Amino acid sequence: MPQAYTPGLAVSDGVTVRKERKLPLPGDVMVAAGDEVSSDTVVARTELPGNAQLINIAGLLGVPPDELEARMRVRVGEEVAENTVLAETKGLLGLFRGQVRAPARGTLESVSTVTGQAILREPPTPLEVHAYIRGRIVEVIPREGVVVETHATFVQGIFGVGGETVGELVFITDEPSEPIRQAAIKPEHGGKVLVGGGRVEYGAIARAREVGAKAIIGGGIDDADLRTLLGYDLGVAITGTEPIGITVAVTEGFGDISMAQRTFELLRTRVGALASVNGATQIRAGVQRPEIVIPLESHHAERQTPASGVLEIGANVRVIREPHFGSVGVVAGLPVEPRRLETEARVRVASVRLSNGETIELPRANIELVETMSRD
Amino acid sequence: MPDSSASSDAPSLDAPARQKRPVPEKIRSILATDCGSTTTKAILIELDGDEYRLKVRGESPTTVEAPVEDVTAGVLNAVTEVEELAGRRLIRDGAIISPQTDDEGVDIYISTSSAGGGLQMMVAGVVRNMTAESAERAALGAGAIVMDVIASNDKRLPHERIEQIRRLRPDMILLSGGVDGGTTTHVVELAELIAAANPRPRLGISYELPVVYAGNKDARDLIQKQLEGKTALEVVDNLRPTLEREELMPARLKIQDQFLHHVMSHAPGYPKLMEWTDAPIMPTPGAVGYMMQTIASQRGIEILGVDIGGATTDVFSVFQGVFNRTVSANLGMSYSVSNVLAEAGLPNILRWIPFPVDERDLRNRIKNKMIRPTTIPQTLKELIIEQAIAREALRLALDQHKKLAVGLRGVQQQRTISDAFNQTSSHDTLVNLASLDLIVGSGGVLSHAPRRQQSALMMLDAFAPEWVTELAVDSIFMMPQLGVLAQVNEAAAMHVFDRDCLIRLGTSIAPTGSPEKSSVRVRGTLPGGNMLDGVVPGGELRVWQLGVGEEAQLEFVPEGTFDLGAGRGRPVSLTVTGGVVGLIVDTRGRPLHLPKDEAPRVAALQKWYQALDLYPSLSDQE
Repeated sequence: MPQAYTPGLAVSDGVTVRKERKLPLPGDVMVAAGDEVSSDTVVARTELPGNAQLINIAGLLGVPPDELEARMRVRVGEEVAENTVLAETKGLLGLFRGQVRAPARGTLESVSTVTGQAILREPPTPLEVHAYIRGRIVEVIPREGVVVETHATFVQGIFGVGGETVGELVFITDEPSEPIRQAAIKPEHGGKVLVGGGRVEYGAIARAREVGAKAIIGGGIDDADLRTLLGYDLGVAITGTEPIGITVAVTEGFGDISMAQRTFELLRTRVGALASVNGATQIRAGVQRPEIVIPLESHHAERQTPASGVLEIGANVRVIREPHFGSVGVVAGLPVEPRRLETEARVRVASVRLSNGETIELPRANIELVETMSRD
Repeated sequence: MPDSSASSDAPSLDAPARQKRPVPEKIRSILATDCGSTTTKAILIELDGDEYRLKVRGESPTTVEAPVEDVTAGVLNAVTEVEELAGRRLIRDGAIISPQTDDEGVDIYISTSSAGGGLQMMVAGVVRNMTAESAERAALGAGAIVMDVIASNDKRLPHERIEQIRRLRPDMILLSGGVDGGTTTHVVELAELIAAANPRPRLGISYELPVVYAGNKDARDLIQKQLEGKTALEVVDNLRPTLEREELMPARLKIQDQFLHHVMSHAPGYPKLMEWTDAPIMPTPGAVGYMMQTIASQRGIEILGVDIGGATTDVFSVFQGVFNRTVSANLGMSYSVSNVLAEAGLPNILRWIPFPVDERDLRNRIKNKMIRPTTIPQTLKELIIEQAIAREALRLALDQHKKLAVGLRGVQQQRTISDAFNQTSSHDTLVNLASLDLIVGSGGVLSHAPRRQQSALMMLDAFAPEWVTELAVDSIFMMPQLGVLAQVNEAAAMHVFDRDCLIRLGTSIAPTGSPEKSSVRVRGTLPGGNMLDGVVPGGELRVWQLGVGEEAQLEFVPEGTFDLGAGRGRPVSLTVTGGVVGLIVDTRGRPLHLPKDEAPRVAALQKWYQALDLYPSLSDQE
């Protein structure tokens, strides 16, 4: 029989993290298997085809498309500088010539005698993929990229915005419940990854961006603040490319919510280390959560693997929906028969002993495992 | 290049997969799976006497993603559950046993799929509300999500369109444009755009993007010159051969064929799954659409179907014999719940909630549902809020459907040139809430509502059907599997649909007109001989018990401004069909308006919710 599986977010003090670093188009891999890389090492490179400019030459010259060949001054495949005459009419006695010039540097890719249009391809844009985390190349995918492996402190958040960044980890609150306010952000936080416990306020994000901080991490965020930050109401949780100048990640959810004690304490042990942070979140097919990867000094540290991921009596869990949202506890019972909720829905429940001693029954769907790590 | 416009290469029962083993004349058992984005569902149907009936169902997480990356693992898990529940063997050596021998295996195995986000397409046409709109309808009808519609007159600059094609990375592009024999310039321009963008498909960088060309036949050579070598180009008949004619079926069939052979065959484990199935794998919404059309044509009725999921809401309809399907890609109850808030606006959600809610708290709750989509409401207040959001998601999805359900079916029909030019105006939508006979709701929030009257009222509030409409919900959302089954054995599919899939809620009687100083008198005899003679004043909801399978011959006399289809104040005599909720007389008027001020609005909601016995102890929630 399939087992009940309630995935939680990873919070690990030492785990092997593998990252695929792939190009969007085939290109060149710049490193070899076994190479040690830092987060800013270029591991693969390609050229994205340049922007294609469609130029309606026949229209601009006022000639029928089928006469275009005779009017072209540049052949297909030829490179041209900006302002080069691409085509021109004979004019009257050599005067009043109509001309069409290249709007940019590029290569003439095609000329259509059907539509009268030409495609001018601008020079390709170089694209580089960095290692993003310090580690070792364990696999090369020819023409596509590599797999980087590291041994690291690894924390998954629940939601974030903004893409990959790297910076030194700095703490800006003393307690996991302390809100992250503007006043906590100092000029010396430029270039750093800032971690606090409670809800990240918009003022703090704005100030962090102002001083040039790379990322800010907290327990929760208000939807209203997120809207102010993005400038729009986020409809679907597919993030990571927002041009907001900073990466923001929260570990618990929306609202006034404290960072889990364990996450807070774990991150505090790594103050001063270089952290790779990605806010990208995608909650559809292929779930992606924001992450904080802080490579450890040694690859040979004792290796840990996540616990089984199976909901069982004694498992540490977190409540992920109202009421009791954010509370943590231990599974005390897993009744087989569905129970009737206040809503009258009959669902499978778990009995959870909360950290305050109270025991509650709630839908299994509304709890997640707080992942514990076991030694190999 | 061959002209592959005919249906000969369409996915049909004659497709190669189907030919490998003849289907027994008397099918004894059918196993059907639906590989969804998150869950793979399996059902076992068996011949019981002369009827096919659902025996058991099972489900398991879909395994397209890492670490398994093989869809058949999830299929086998779901079938294992079916095997255990049915108490007979269906799997041997990691494959489904087929055909059935003695008590082992099944005669037919079929499947649908929307795993990996389903089929994501871009469509292109010359004129936005003509060929591009026809192309959009063709793609939607084939079961695709339309990511963007590119048209020569969409007011975007060429480089903006190129950028968009590159950015979206669709699974497939449908290119149309121009009537046969007309100018070729514009459609070739669109091909130039696609060629310039040189798009890479979403699933991997190593294969060519399928492009289906269904435009002016005179432009075929030019299109091939532009796109062959750069894309996997297929050519079918023009979907708009003349301005007055729309012919969508060749494009739809080719899209489904390409979905199977290009998109699916690159998805993890699908080549194996394709070998197992006795009919081509269909995109899930395509199968549901087929089922809807079968029901409408068999019964000669007008039908509206809705499937509200976590990420998307699909709306299907058959009006005047014309099938339409739309997908509202970002209206859903979990992944996209936040987008319902963004599109509907907070006041529209709050208007359905009969107790005060703090705005900041509600916004955060909705976002928390978005980031933890599998959670369920535990308190009554949360359930009421969730059902309020569902009303708005359904309402917006129907609005979007009305705008696109304006065209013709993929068979030849005549329309005037002036019709063709005006087809997106709201007044000519095919969706007619007065002539609508049946609404079928499915998806978690409707199928699994703790009380069936909650599902009934969500649909009444969201769709506001007029006059006489039957309401039903799909008990366990097995319409995708039944849709594929209908192509193999229509009788079996309809048996199971009627007896095991559909839960009849009852009939709604809703007069059009203002509820001010209006009412409806109801007279007649209920089953069991009880006389019914009552007046429902304007602005109310009233329910009479009328069970599943029961009918009553009743007379309804609208008074004041009310009209029940025969004209203002004119009585109508009807045979009304019952269901688990019963006969619902809705005198709230159409269009449906809620009081603007808070106190009367809350009072009205409480009155309506109590009339339907919608929630337990609602007074505790005030």
